[in-house]
Amino acid sequence: MTDFTQSYTAPRRSFGQLALRWLLFALLGLFALFYLMPLFVMVTTSLKSLEEIRTGSLVALPRDVTFEAWSTAWSGTCTGVKCEGLRPYFWNSVLMTVPAVFLATLLGAVNGYVIAQWRFKGANLIFAMMLFGCFIPFQVVLLPMARSLGILGLAGSIPGLIFVHVIYGIGFTTLFFRNYYVTIPAELTKAAKVDGAGFFRIFWSIFLPLSLPIVVVTVIWQFTNIWNDFLFGVSFSQAGTQPVTVALNNIVNSTTGVKEYNVDMAAAIIAALPTLLVYVVAGKYFIRGLTAGSVKG
Amino acid sequence: MAPILDINNLYKNYGSVEILKDINVAIEPGDFLVLVGPSGCGKSTLLNCIAGLEPITGGTLSIGGKDMTHVSPKDRDIAMVFQSYALYPTMSVAKNITFGMKVRGVDAATQESKLKEVASQLQIEQLLHRRPGQLSGGQRQRVAMGRALVRDPKLFLFDEPLSNLDAKLRVEMRSEIKKLHQNLGATMVYVTHDQIEAMTLATKIVVLKGGVVQQIGTPAEIYNRPANLFVADFMGSPAMNLIPAKATKNGSGTQIEIARDGAAPLVLTDTHAKNLPQDVILGLRPEDIAEAGFRAGEDVQVAECHIDMVEPAGADTFVVSELGGKQVTARLHAETGAESGKALPLAFDLSKVSYFAPGSGERLN
Repeated sequence: MTDFTQSYTAPRRSFGQLALRWLLFALLGLFALFYLMPLFVMVTTSLKSLEEIRTGSLVALPRDVTFEAWSTAWSGTCTGVKCEGLRPYFWNSVLMTVPAVFLATLLGAVNGYVIAQWRFKGANLIFAMMLFGCFIPFQVVLLPMARSLGILGLAGSIPGLIFVHVIYGIGFTTLFFRNYYVTIPAELTKAAKVDGAGFFRIFWSIFLPLSLPIVVVTVIWQFTNIWNDFLFGVSFSQAGTQPVTVALNNIVNSTTGVKEYNVDMAAAIIAALPTLLVYVVAGKYFIRGLTAGSVKG
Repeated sequence: MAPILDINNLYKNYGSVEILKDINVAIEPGDFLVLVGPSGCGKSTLLNCIAGLEPITGGTLSIGGKDMTHVSPKDRDIAMVFQSYALYPTMSVAKNITFGMKVRGVDAATQESKLKEVASQLQIEQLLHRRPGQLSGGQRQRVAMGRALVRDPKLFLFDEPLSNLDAKLRVEMRSEIKKLHQNLGATMVYVTHDQIEAMTLATKIVVLKGGVVQQIGTPAEIYNRPANLFVADFMGSPAMNLIPAKATKNGSGTQIEIARDGAAPLVLTDTHAKNLPQDVILGLRPEDIAEAGFRAGEDVQVAECHIDMVEPAGADTFVVSELGGKQVTARLHAETGAESGKALPLAFDLSKVSYFAPGSGERLN
């Protein structure tokens, strides 16, 4: 990709243009503030004591910063009858998300590779059906999926949730990889075939090393979707296997007596942190992967 | 000697579309076979069929005396150079060249020595650690050739390998490929749409059109005795003059009459041609029409022609005259006194003449 910022020098502008530019920046800043407001309220609230929340204003900065709400949210608050905080559910989510993302990405890569580079009769039809799968609403599959999980003996378990998310993810991951691999010249595969490489050898030695940008895109997409999923989490889990999103809902809904806003806010931030982290770490590649296509031969 | 590549009655269809029809080609060890034709004629498909990258619909194909009709590419003992070079983008030049050996399980020491040998042969030693993306077009071309050479195969296949290079580099690489062929004594099959490349490289040319072989022969045969109008027109630059004419029997030979606009017809007598139909198309290359006095021989006949245009091209001067309703080009020497709008006696060398049937386009003599 060309880096335009390096060679870009601002041309001289008239006063009118300059004013327009500053107006634009001001407007953009305003929008940014507007979007950041909820986060600001969440962070400040989570750092206040309950006492301060009751007496102070919603948007005021905390007088005494305390992390008590955070530790309660992590390991002490009650979800229904149990009071062990978000921690066990957070690990449930990790145990569910990491394998599901890995498997969906791997299967998507292999599928995309086959559909883009090893054309066979009916490849387009299969690809179209997979795309169709992307657009089936979650609610539609709830009952049949519950039945399938029951038959497979995976009902209410984390492997069951992994299974559901992998199945649902394959459509998207296949689409991503297929669109990426279709830009790679077919002669590359031909050359490797003449060199004696087989199906998996070509995939492993030639296509996977080229795939970093699209792998990052897929991983971010899948990770965000699976981590944030609530419907499958609440439908196909049972006590002890619930993901963090379901636990968060239970925390917020099952408080008796005084509403612990600070704990709720801290819990919500904890539940959202991993996806945030993934964006911060890999976001640069995300944009690059979405725009990158052809490989210079 | 047994042919190293033997193609018999090869057919290739995509669905109901026939891409290649009844191809029969055989070449001996050391041959340089060029498949040439306009784009879409099926030449690249034929090469892919030889490589085993495309399954064939009918017929048989053998390489080195062994039937390879249904054998996968890796077991055909071939190496291939592609138009886009198809270098593996994430591997260094050295890894690109040794990838095939690695896949086949050749030991590291042999890989290393073969790599060194090929790198010095192609003068790419200083590039071995670079990625393909860091190389120029010509360097990529060399690496692609290195990947083929290191295999030491029975058959080299080239799919328009020079078409992505600029004109100067193309000529350079062309002579390098020719040198390589001579030094290695290897057997090569080469696809191109460039008829000059075909002429300069080949020991044997196959001219294809619409999936059908038009003619197979040495460059000289193809050039001097084209089998039909298509080959006559396709091979050679400037193209062969193809002039409608009337033939009448005249003693032991034939009298050829070419109509001219606003002048008496041009009459030539061919003492060799026999049994020509009345309507023929006379084919004569520009270099076989010279300025009178500069070409001698018993079959050279001189006639006054009206010159419409003079095009000096440095080494030669081309003059154009209208004969039989066609713009006929003659290649004269550089210092000719020809002037456009004036008459000039031209010498027609009928020992080189070709006759074609106007309907079928087939050669008559």
